[in-house]
Amino acid sequence: MVKFKKFIENFGWPRIIIAIFLMCLFAATPFVGVRLDTSISDTLVRVGMNGVLVLAMVPMVQSGCGLNFGLPLGIISGLIGATTSIQIATSADAIAKSGAARGLWSVIAGALQTGSRGAILFAAAIAIAIPCAAVFGFIYAQILNRVKGEEMMIATYVGFSSVAVMCMAWLLLPFNSAVMVWGYGGSGLRTTISTDGFWRHVLSDFQSVTIGKFYLPTGMFLFFLFMVFLVWAFFRTKTGTAITAVGSNPEFARASGINVDRMRTISVMLSTVLGAVGILVYEQSFGFIQLYMGPLYMAFPAVAAILLGGASVNKATMVNVIVGTFLFQGILTMTPSVINNLLKSDMSEVIRIIVSNGMILYALTRKTQVKR
Amino acid sequence: MPDKEPLLRVEAVGKEFFGNRVLNDVNFSLEAGEILGLVGENGAGKSTLMNILFGMPVIPQTGGYEGKIWIEGKEARFESPFDAIDAGIGMVHQEFSLLPGFTATENILLNRESTKYNFLVEAFGDRIRTLDRKAMRHRADEAISLLGFSIDPDTPASEMPVGHKQFTEIAREIDRKNTKILVLDEPTAVLAESEAEILISSLRGLAARGIALIFISHRLQEVMDLCDKIIVLRDGTVVKETKPADATVFQIASWMVGRNVETRGAERRRREDTENVLEVEKLWVDMPGETVRSVTFSVQKGEIFGIGGLAGQGKLGIANGIMGLYQAGGNVSAMGQKVTLNSPAGSLRLNMAFVSEDRRGVGLLLDEPIDWNIAFTAMQIQDKFLKKMLGGLIKWRDDAGMREAALDYIKRLEIRCTSHKQRAVELSGGNQQKVCLAKAFVVGPEILFVSEPTRGIDVGAKKLVLDTIRSVNEEFGTTIIITSSELEELRSVCDRIAIVDNGRISGIRPADSLAEEFGVLMMGESPVAVSDTVGGND
Repeated sequence: MVKFKKFIENFGWPRIIIAIFLMCLFAATPFVGVRLDTSISDTLVRVGMNGVLVLAMVPMVQSGCGLNFGLPLGIISGLIGATTSIQIATSADAIAKSGAARGLWSVIAGALQTGSRGAILFAAAIAIAIPCAAVFGFIYAQILNRVKGEEMMIATYVGFSSVAVMCMAWLLLPFNSAVMVWGYGGSGLRTTISTDGFWRHVLSDFQSVTIGKFYLPTGMFLFFLFMVFLVWAFFRTKTGTAITAVGSNPEFARASGINVDRMRTISVMLSTVLGAVGILVYEQSFGFIQLYMGPLYMAFPAVAAILLGGASVNKATMVNVIVGTFLFQGILTMTPSVINNLLKSDMSEVIRIIVSNGMILYALTRKTQVKR
Repeated sequence: MPDKEPLLRVEAVGKEFFGNRVLNDVNFSLEAGEILGLVGENGAGKSTLMNILFGMPVIPQTGGYEGKIWIEGKEARFESPFDAIDAGIGMVHQEFSLLPGFTATENILLNRESTKYNFLVEAFGDRIRTLDRKAMRHRADEAISLLGFSIDPDTPASEMPVGHKQFTEIAREIDRKNTKILVLDEPTAVLAESEAEILISSLRGLAARGIALIFISHRLQEVMDLCDKIIVLRDGTVVKETKPADATVFQIASWMVGRNVETRGAERRRREDTENVLEVEKLWVDMPGETVRSVTFSVQKGEIFGIGGLAGQGKLGIANGIMGLYQAGGNVSAMGQKVTLNSPAGSLRLNMAFVSEDRRGVGLLLDEPIDWNIAFTAMQIQDKFLKKMLGGLIKWRDDAGMREAALDYIKRLEIRCTSHKQRAVELSGGNQQKVCLAKAFVVGPEILFVSEPTRGIDVGAKKLVLDTIRSVNEEFGTTIIITSSELEELRSVCDRIAIVDNGRISGIRPADSLAEEFGVLMMGESPVAVSDTVGGND
């Protein structure tokens, strides 16, 4: 009994109640005519898609910069990587077809004809996204270091305004791949770009398991867990420990000879890079790249998930990330489908909006009280 | 019924926290105008007793208390501090409960402001009456002057030195006209000796006006001087009730700790002169409230050097400046190497360590476990507690090593805790201080700065802390520079003591010089002319 009490205390009542509610939703599926296996499968896919984005909260939370409401900045870096990789692929394909491939292009074109085309392009997208994210993250960090104590509000607007700037950039950047630009003008990127034929499901389908209607995206989970491991490991190094101390008490850290601003900068860059990688994982599973206003509200579900997972504004663990993502995405997947079938109407989108924003609202009100 | 009911009678009060008994059968009574001293080690139950008396919500929330409290013959069972205030109990808390942006006047009169009529009152009622600033100022002045102190009533609390904050808080309780009993929880802990004296005499004045006082303090001499009656608490039980005339400070101290406290074991040691290990020349430090203007001194290897002086004169600024925590200038060299000022890392790399006077603000990672607190500085500066991987590319935290070091210090310094993973915020003041010391010892410093090592900790811990400092000095030859506002403490451990006045050193004397000599230096009657230009601040 004592052990049980201790477990509940560690896990926290809010999470237990939400978990029970989620169980009820799963249990209710057969009675409302929703398949349990597809429900579980949908939930798992969404967990995998969003996991790294939630993970992108952790470094900034640990360094005391608060929740990363500026996640759109990382997402934009990811989008630059995504679009550039597709541009490279279409250019290489065109050159290969014309037979004029020479030098580097012939190597690229050759590599893309092999079976690992998707993997190479996805790796290229990540390789392009990370430096972009590092640069954006650095600038973002310089802003946050000047507004200590008000990070979260400023971060939100850094995110919003970066989306607005990029709305212009997407139109003006010199992309010319036919699969990406507007059909009528011949220039400017479309709002939605398919990743089919490039790196759609490149992670999800790696060693994936399909039993009837149940689908488990093994590769995506392995990648998510690998990223979780990397972040966990980082926070066990000297620098990671220093970042945690900065988040816990910046004055203490300074007295111990830590350059507080530098540690905060590292954490913001890391968060931004994780955001960039996170959106690429999301898109390869989703199958589409969404530009323009797409990234605008992406930060909020991630913030809600980590808060539901039990993180506070300056402490977050890997368990918070995994538990939070599962609970949030579980509720978000299950509630609309169950209620929709119960009411025999097509309200799923409305319900989804109510549930997701309701959860975000709940999580944000919890943010100061939750200790573990 | 006795002939005449005392003002306050506490009868068989006890309290349990989750099966952990913290108070047991406490009885005492208090007459109007009487001053009761309440002493005991940290954790003896003083705070719990006062929480019960003041109706703090934590008491009913944890299952109420046993026994009865009578005020003027009526049983009182307070559900909230408001009930207690209505019944005439005022409380001055250890932590300052002042609004930082409000002036002294506003803080003193909060929610009891003098008001004037205006026409809106007809429509909206009394809550919209205009503040009568002039009357408020007058009342504040009156309350402050009752204390025999002077504070500018227009200073915001955020800009006051701690001493002034404490007086403001007491003035607030005095202004309340129905206050019959005033509880003061460690009012002098943050005050310098001179301020404490003013406070003590003003408290006597209050008692003479018929207010009963309950005075909690770790400074036993004060309690002896001030109180009519002393109650000693130990482990939740009243072990002794006595009149000051019938006891000595040492007796009281031994009742408190339940063992004999040795009288200061200071057979003054004789040291040979050694080479200078720290040389400070024309140091200035811009530390708010503790400005150092121009300080020159040197410390010999293996010495315990004391820095004393009144609060606000700059003694705390010296260590903070040398360790790079505040903007500083001048020439400082340690072990023959020039110290880069304004860089904590630079000072730490020269093998100097610092135990800050601001334990909770600078000294500790309150939300992290003890082992983190102890190991962090050594890890970051000296790469201790790290395992190198991939040829030094990855510096992996060595949790096992940290645990070992933490357990070692927990044992050596008798840190009372549940485990090395307990968070620092959960420890008592004395144990937190020991963690701060362990943090400094673990870097194996050549020069150790310790500021206010015994502020706000109890007698037992105090002795242990001072003994530890001395033993580190003797065992490892560590040069130690102690800054303290308690002159007696400095005189008991130091070899030489420098007195700081007005940002300058007014004199350096061997610790066995007469107390009067130090007193004179503190009062600023120094041979150094005070009129010379304000040094530094270029």
